[in-house]
Amino acid sequence: MGAWQSVLSAAGPASPADLIAARMQMAVSLGWHIVLACLGVGMPALMLLVEWRAIRTGDADYRRLAHQWAKAIGVLFAAGAVSGTVLSFEMGLLWPGLMGAYGQVIGVPFATEGVAFFVEAVFLGIYLYTWDRLPPRVHLLTGVPVLLAGTASAFFVVCANAWMNRPQGFVLSGGVARQVSPWRAMFNPAVPHETLHMIVAAFMTTGFLVAGVYAAGMLRGRRDRYDLLGFLVPFTMAALLTPVQILVGDFAGRSVATLQPTKLAAAEALFRTQARAPLSIGGLVSGDRLRYALEIPAGLSLLMGGSPDTVVQGLDRVPPADRPPVAIVHLAFDAMVGAGFLLLLLSAWLGVTWWRRRGLPRSPWFLRLAAVSGAVAVLAVEAGWTVTEVGRQPWTVYGHLRTSDAVNPAPALWTGFVVVALVYAVLTVFTLYVLRLIRWSERPVAPQEPDRAPGPGVS
Amino acid sequence: MDLAQAVLVVMWAGLTLYALLAGADFGGGVWDLLSGRSRTGMGRRRLIETSIGPVWEANHVWLIFVIVLLWTAFPAVFASVMSTLYIPLTLAALGIVARGTAFAFRKAATELWQQRLFGAAFAVSSVLTPFCLGTVAGAIASGRVPPGLARGDILAAWLNPTSLLSGVLALMVCAYLAGAYLCDDATRAGHPGLAEWFRVRALAAALAIGAVALGGMVVLRSDAPPLFSGLTHRALPLVVASAVFGVASLLLLYRRAYLPGRIAAMLGVVAVMWGWPLAQYPLMLLPSLTYDRAAAEPAVLAATLVVIAAGSLLVVPPMVWLFAVQRRSLRDAGTPE
Ligand code: HDD
Ligand code: HEM
Ligand code: HEM
Repeated sequence: MGAWQSVLSAAGPASPADLIAARMQMAVSLGWHIVLACLGVGMPALMLLVEWRAIRTGDADYRRLAHQWAKAIGVLFAAGAVSGTVLSFEMGLLWPGLMGAYGQVIGVPFATEGVAFFVEAVFLGIYLYTWDRLPPRVHLLTGVPVLLAGTASAFFVVCANAWMNRPQGFVLSGGVARQVSPWRAMFNPAVPHETLHMIVAAFMTTGFLVAGVYAAGMLRGRRDRYDLLGFLVPFTMAALLTPVQILVGDFAGRSVATLQPTKLAAAEALFRTQARAPLSIGGLVSGDRLRYALEIPAGLSLLMGGSPDTVVQGLDRVPPADRPPVAIVHLAFDAMVGAGFLLLLLSAWLGVTWWRRRGLPRSPWFLRLAAVSGAVAVLAVEAGWTVTEVGRQPWTVYGHLRTSDAVNPAPALWTGFVVVALVYAVLTVFTLYVLRLIRWSERPVAPQEPDRAPGPGVS
Repeated sequence: MDLAQAVLVVMWAGLTLYALLAGADFGGGVWDLLSGRSRTGMGRRRLIETSIGPVWEANHVWLIFVIVLLWTAFPAVFASVMSTLYIPLTLAALGIVARGTAFAFRKAATELWQQRLFGAAFAVSSVLTPFCLGTVAGAIASGRVPPGLARGDILAAWLNPTSLLSGVLALMVCAYLAGAYLCDDATRAGHPGLAEWFRVRALAAALAIGAVALGGMVVLRSDAPPLFSGLTHRALPLVVASAVFGVASLLLLYRRAYLPGRIAAMLGVVAVMWGWPLAQYPLMLLPSLTYDRAAAEPAVLAATLVVIAAGSLLVVPPMVWLFAVQRRSLRDAGTPE
């Protein structure tokens, strides 16, 4: 293994434009994948919930919902799987410097994730293929591994990301990782808060997105019991998780304060290390200052240490070359937290009217907001990942490998980015379009579904 | 066998499965493209769709499995290959996206023009992806991917006689595999007419493959001498075996013995797939990077093998069940002609 250094030598440094292109390509494909990944984790839960109710009560509406949602999962899984495949290519196409040096350190969580995908894909195939071919209870059971494996895959892949934020389990000698202990790398201190926060986010996002579809339908006058259930089941799941997520987010913030103080300082746009650090909301970053922000005096010190005297580390502790782009990280952080509280208010609104008189709020504004709640949750997820990933800059492996050393030194990455971005744009349009078709169609549409004899009214 | 060899074998087994299963999927797309106009090709397209519908997803994970194993167990090889060959690999990745989604969307589409559009995307990307993956194999085998980040020529590494040859061969082999599978499936589903249509074309593909492979040996001799000498010496038994299986499957197909023909075709592909690494063993990247120097540390290799072993226990039984379900329904339902 002595030849590793020479093996990892690069053709030359990447041009700054290519580095930006690679980062943007990664952001587009991850930002796309994460939406489908959230649905891939959360939808099976909804599907199993309504199928279980259908079996228990014999209720036809629940059964129809289960059918419709299973179809949607089939199509979404197809899109999720291919977008995930692109990601695993891109880890090497864009970041060979990372994978060549540290591929062996973070390989195991990805391999474990691969096992989870296998399980998920195979059981999803069985589940979709056997709707009317297995006894109902057995059929329900074939869906359980889909849910478990989806959640497990989110856990494993986020372990890999947590390692990039809190690298451990190896010794660096001459730029090469040695004495690798893969399990210690996988179970690092950033795992608890990141995985928990991500998995809760996935269920929340799914709940609000699916509920939003039915809320939009109700605004157009489709107010059968079927539509009401289609709204209430996912919305309730998401609404119950929202306060939980805010607590988990607080936990994440505290962990980041100890593990990556620079990231927290960027998220809060705190330039000066200080006691009685204020909590700043909004504002404009200019140079080394934050202007026009709404400040809660000593708020940050209170949140982080429970006392106004807690000293919070600011950006002044690291040289400017080691700071992440503060404006982006701060804006993204505010967007995520803002989205979280907005969703909390919306959830509380329904909670109150339901408690008072067992019904939806009468104001059309409730449904209008509910219709876009999914988009708000997606915004929170994207913003959260921006905090995590951009907040780690200029490092890809925190403290060890800079992003400019991780990137592929080959020329013309720009062209690749443009092509990939175009393909994803087209893909987005078609995915939304096909999902719309599913809403109105009772035919088999998921690729794994068997063709049945066409029913009445279907050409 | 040391740990690195064990991982190498498992990885190659995964790649072989990918070639056999996904190769047939790609080939299905190729036949979809050649199935004729919308109306006449309807029955053929339906058969292709029922044949690959329920398992296409599961086939696909094999590639991810191989990629993840490569970067975990042989990180430097992964980094060198991906960085030098990023153009064909980006194209292959985009082909996978277009194919997977278009296939799913076509089923959901209601209008003829939509089905045509998604169908075309599906078919075109079915050609693009195996071709690009084939050029990648050719680039590695002919020693055009030196160790290091983007050390090779990002164009000439995959636009050269050996790469183009292996790209074309990969595409044709996919088509042949799919043709042989589809004859079998059509017969089982009770559509001898469809089976006939695929039989004639699969036979033509087989003859073409034979011709290209023979001509290809001449190309390899001048363009990739080390590979050529490996194939004609150490790996010769496998090369011969693949020729024998190829001819056998051709004859079996000709005599309408579809199931044995299908098995012989698969064995032929397996022989080629294992001939290549045997020809260049112990080198992973020419001229001098051997597998043991490229391998990750033993702790990583061991952990990887443990994960794979545990994973197989979890995955294999349901996978067998899935295949059984698919076979059964293909027989029960039949496919509308
Ligand atoms: C529905 C989505 C959602 C909502 C409502 C919130 N978050 Fe979040 N957040 C995420 C979805 C998310 C995420 C996208 O899932 C991230 C990215 C990485 C991760 O583990 O979770 C994330 C990351 C993330 C991080 C960075 C973790 C790291 O880099 O290690 C912090 C500090 C917070 N969040 C804090 C909060 C707080 C204080 C919230 C209170 C309202 C909050 N989040 C609401
Ligand atoms: C937080 C981030 C991520 C989460 C939560 C996540 C989760 C998931 C889930 C649940 C699926 C199943 C597909 C579905 O049900 O729609 C999936 C697919 C996939 N993901 Fe991700 N993923 C994340 C990031 C990544 C990254 C960074 C990579 C690669 C480097 C990746 C690689 C893949 C692959 C290869 C698949 C396809 C597997 C298959 O064919 O079944 N994912 N992901
Ligand atoms: C959990 C799995 C994930 C892994 C392993 C992962 C890995 C990576 C890698 C290797 C890079 C390039 C190096 C760098 O810029 O530091 C990157 C950058 C990035 N990722 Fe992630 N990522 C994950 C999840 C996500 C998700 C879900 C998003 C969703 C939006 C995301 C957004 C980004 C962005 C925006 C960048 C570019 C940051 C910048 O260059 O400023 N990541 N990620």
